[in-house]
Amino acid sequence: MQTIDLEKTGLRETNKMLHAQAANTNQTAWEIVNAKGAHAIACGLDAPIEVTVKGSTGYYCAGMNQQATINIHGSAGPGTAENMMSGKVVVEGDASQYAGATGHGGLLVIKGNASSRCGISMKGINIVVHGNIGHMSAFMAQSGNLVVLGDAGDALGDSCYEARLFVRGMVKSLGADCEKKEMRPEHLEILRALLAEAGADAKPEEFTRYGSARNLYNFDVDNASAY
Amino acid sequence: MTKTDPKRIPQTTPRQSATFSQDVNSDIRRAAATGIYDIRGGGAKRKLPTFDDLLFMGASISRYPLEGYREKCDTSVTIGGLHAENPIHLDIPITIAGMSFGALSGPAKEALGRGASAAGTSTTTGDGGMTAEERGHSNKLVYQYLPSRYGMNPDDLRRADAIEIVVGQGAKPGGGGMLLGQKISDRVAEMRNLPKGIDQRSACRHPDWTGPDDLEIKILELREITGWKVPIYVKVAGARPYYDVTLAVKAGADAVVLDGMQGGTAATQDVFIEHVGQPTLAIIRPAVQALQDLGMHRKVQLILSGGIRSGADVAKAMALGADAVAIGTAALIALGDNDPKYEAEYNALGTTAGAYDDWHEGRDPAGITTQDPELMARFDPIEGGRRLKNYLKVMTLEAQTIARACGKNHLHNLEPEDLVALTMEAAAMAQIPLAGTNWYPGKPGTSY
Repeated sequence: MQTIDLEKTGLRETNKMLHAQAANTNQTAWEIVNAKGAHAIACGLDAPIEVTVKGSTGYYCAGMNQQATINIHGSAGPGTAENMMSGKVVVEGDASQYAGATGHGGLLVIKGNASSRCGISMKGINIVVHGNIGHMSAFMAQSGNLVVLGDAGDALGDSCYEARLFVRGMVKSLGADCEKKEMRPEHLEILRALLAEAGADAKPEEFTRYGSARNLYNFDVDNASAY
Repeated sequence: MTKTDPKRIPQTTPRQSATFSQDVNSDIRRAAATGIYDIRGGGAKRKLPTFDDLLFMGASISRYPLEGYREKCDTSVTIGGLHAENPIHLDIPITIAGMSFGALSGPAKEALGRGASAAGTSTTTGDGGMTAEERGHSNKLVYQYLPSRYGMNPDDLRRADAIEIVVGQGAKPGGGGMLLGQKISDRVAEMRNLPKGIDQRSACRHPDWTGPDDLEIKILELREITGWKVPIYVKVAGARPYYDVTLAVKAGADAVVLDGMQGGTAATQDVFIEHVGQPTLAIIRPAVQALQDLGMHRKVQLILSGGIRSGADVAKAMALGADAVAIGTAALIALGDNDPKYEAEYNALGTTAGAYDDWHEGRDPAGITTQDPELMARFDPIEGGRRLKNYLKVMTLEAQTIARACGKNHLHNLEPEDLVALTMEAAAMAQIPLAGTNWYPGKPGTSY
């Protein structure tokens, strides 16, 4: 285990060390202490290493992650795991706005609640939130899966494309062109796998699926009031 | 009382309304027929004060000129040296503005790369990500970081020579992009992670930051991901240039790209293009003032775009304080866009060469703004690249000609004092004296 004191080492040197890890590195376990809400911790990683951040993080922790597993033992600031490509990010606490924004791949697990715009413009990432999510989540979500064990705020899935949204609790309101969908066997399988990987204690059958009604895919003047 | 013979009453000439002109009436009829606003490409077509309203005074006794064919007039520019380990060095201060693969064909992007590289300058990606064609053929490639994040990935980010965070563009300050279904080919759909054939909307705001304080942190993240190696530009529309440039610099930008309303777009509402934003001539001085007030002029580079067409425009922009310019529409015309040789086909589309702007429909006879394989095949990227290189060279020679005539051995040495304005509007906007006077409209203490 390599331990980095962020306060002493500084952000640049910390990220530089993590970026220097090659695909076949032997130094696969890293711990960052004294995070103290710093921004951009462990962003841009591209190696199969496991990084544990002790404490809460600021903006963009694990941004654009590739391959790495990053555990945040605290709460996470805005844009955590934004544009993640692959790997896994686990937030033990709550996550602020835009968690997993525009993510292309990998798994983001939030053990607490996620704030507004969770999964905004997601492009293939899987996100599992053990608690609730805020308003405008999955706005313009393109693909991937957003799983919420708790409730969803206003305007879920507004203007979404082909992302699958699974919510166990209440949905305060659906956004434009988002509708309740049939839960088919393949969706239950997807859910089962994601819940297991995210360590979530829930049954796939308890969820409702939401997705695009596809009415706004091509401009139609009769839909003008929805734009 | 005699009755006048109606045949002998003089007839008045039919009088068109200035308010309800034929253009306006056609807009109304089109709106009434379709129920949807007009969408088009390009920038503002309305008549605006431009660089044409400024003149260089040249040299005489009080200033001496440089010999045109002998004495050196440098055109190089370095962008992004403030924070980046590897700033961009360009031979000429004319860059190629961001234009997306999707809006443009792959071969058109390749041609831009070929031409720019041959002329010693940079190209810029666009909404939709980085293609192999443009990376492969661009010696210096600026990677745009846009609200949509289509095709955004850290590998391409690290392959870029600079990153341009796009906050806005002159054609549509505050607006997002749109790429209609007919241009979403298999390849475009795959790069953007969208179903084929749907209308693709690009967000108008970034999904994971709002405001200047967040922007500072976003820049930090991008620098960390790229190891502080490449410059980070911030592109803003010509909305509130003094404040926007101030905030971009305070957020840590290495360069600011400032785009006036003549700057083109692939597609947006005509009403947006023509009625939102400011002319390029009006935005440069407040931007330069902002840099000067921060002590950052020439340290953070200012790249001006929006209707730059000639070496005279380049020289005027630089005299007013820009470090470089960017061209988009002009580069497309150099490639062959709107060429009169396709007049019959433009006519068939209900338009004429020079006026064709339905780039979003993907039926470009010149094969540039299309994803149609047959139309694309008309365009030769090698010939297109050669034409662009020639055009860039001519613009550079023109700018050097003017600079030497003003006695300057570097384009950067051009200054506002080399200029006069032909109109009150231009004088006021560019803060240049009206020709023949010492009067700067709006500036206290100046007079005839």
